[in-house]
Amino acid sequence: MIDISDVSLTLGGSLILDHVGLTLPKGGVTALVGPNGAGKSSLLSLIARLRPLQTGRITVDGLPVDTTPTRQLAKVMAILRQDPGVASRLRVAELVGFGRFPHNGGRLTAEDRRIVAETLEQFDLTGLASRFIDTLSGGQRQRALVAMTFCQGTDYILLDEPLNNLDMFHARELMRTLRVMADGHGKTVLVVLHDINHAAAYADRIVAMKDGRIAASGETAAIIRPDILEAVFGFPMRVETLAGRLTVLHHA
Amino acid sequence: MAEAVTFPEAGRANRGLALTGAAALLACAAYMTVGLRGDLALVLELRVTRLTAMVVVGVAVAVSTVVFQTVCANRIVTPSIMGLDALYVFCQTALVFLLSGFGFAGIDPRLQFFGNFFVMTGLALALFLPMLGRRLDLGLLLLTGVVLGVLFRSLSVLLARLIDPNAFAVLQGAVFASFSRTRPDLLLVAGLIAAAGTVVVWRMRHVLDVIALGQDAATGLGVAWRRTAAWLLVLVAALVAAATALVGPMAFLGLLVASLADRIAGTGRHAVLLPTAALVGVVVLVGGQTLLQHGLGGEGTLGIVVEFVGGVVFLSMLFAGARR
Repeated sequence: MIDISDVSLTLGGSLILDHVGLTLPKGGVTALVGPNGAGKSSLLSLIARLRPLQTGRITVDGLPVDTTPTRQLAKVMAILRQDPGVASRLRVAELVGFGRFPHNGGRLTAEDRRIVAETLEQFDLTGLASRFIDTLSGGQRQRALVAMTFCQGTDYILLDEPLNNLDMFHARELMRTLRVMADGHGKTVLVVLHDINHAAAYADRIVAMKDGRIAASGETAAIIRPDILEAVFGFPMRVETLAGRLTVLHHA
Repeated sequence: MAEAVTFPEAGRANRGLALTGAAALLACAAYMTVGLRGDLALVLELRVTRLTAMVVVGVAVAVSTVVFQTVCANRIVTPSIMGLDALYVFCQTALVFLLSGFGFAGIDPRLQFFGNFFVMTGLALALFLPMLGRRLDLGLLLLTGVVLGVLFRSLSVLLARLIDPNAFAVLQGAVFASFSRTRPDLLLVAGLIAAAGTVVVWRMRHVLDVIALGQDAATGLGVAWRRTAAWLLVLVAALVAAATALVGPMAFLGLLVASLADRIAGTGRHAVLLPTAALVGVVVLVGGQTLLQHGLGGEGTLGIVVEFVGGVVFLSMLFAGARR
């Protein structure tokens, strides 16, 4: 369970998060949506202790993120930020292997190597395993970073716009992998998404943010409604059921 | 089929490391044996002292630069932007100004070594320990170092204008790196500091690999980034201070060595990068000194040559970076 209570964040005098309170149960895929500047990434950074908590309280699996040793948290939750721009000369297999760092302190065991090899296979990266990161395309690089995050083997996985740079095939593959993680392995996935239809198709729950507040939160079907979407995104859009799936027609 | 994936941290990287090691041994052998004449015992003793000094300085500067670049996530910075060598020059200038050339020359070298070492590490501690207080940003602290460096340099220039020409000549001798006035007892102290620092860095090589991924990724992987980075920077400062207090400032040596090591190692893994850089440091200093003494015939100052070559390398890296 991720428990957020009364969290505010002020950066350079402007209020980014305004008394946010939210409880996410363990398990399932939760999509965090909202317009630019709504505070999605900031909230994710606070949960993942990448940014110091100013006020309020956040616990992940009962562990307060501001006082629990960071190494211990790294075994419970993994975070992928928007492209961190890895500068050092590393091969894909080495980068993905860093996901095992919280468990092995940098010395890969036979078990770690097996997990890395499986993850590479799962993310369609086996053929790229010995390529240097700086020779990859944006999408391949993104896949390698997502693979590193999965390799950490944590119960909680936080992803900040992981579909950036991914083509349709790999975006779909990633969303399906998130589903498998949640359904088959009992993981809790919290993912910032920009395409509302990805959220509608793959998420169990949707949390919509606007102006630093939680605008709406609930089961996917309860959030994908024209009135709520208009309130969050600021323009009217139609919601249709196509082939049994809720689809938002926001292009027109 | 999952087992088919290989982990290619070896291969080319180790070959580069082995070749650099061979080159370092060759340079040391050449330095010890070329052009031996006169009283063999005396000459060899002198050469062993200088060789050890060059190895200590080469390793300390190489290791500190690699660590500094990793923490800053930037491959074209050197620890000298923290203003430590500018502080060193300022201290010497101020001493010459206050005590005159004769008085400066009369200071006990041990006192001078420890004084310089502690003033430089003190500045670094004052700069980087506030980082532990959570709110301060690494970039801001480094900029503070740059500004302090400019301040110390300006003050040095001001004082240098006020002292008399004889004292100025003494000062010139003190602010350019030189291995010819190394004392064995101070060499031992500097060697111990450098060895201790290098051992600590080596034990942290896996953490350094993760730190190189950037602050967010390192935190996500369970490294207490802020605390680790602050201590690593203090460690860097201690290594730089020991080398500078021993032989004088070497601003571009680190940059030259680290960028060569980066090319030779061909990997970002510190388990390969650190020893490669240390060996390149030895090759550059010992090989350069041997060439200078025997190839080019003069007893010129190695420091000046290293600064010149390092500056050229720095500019070419900037231009190469700009073209990309």
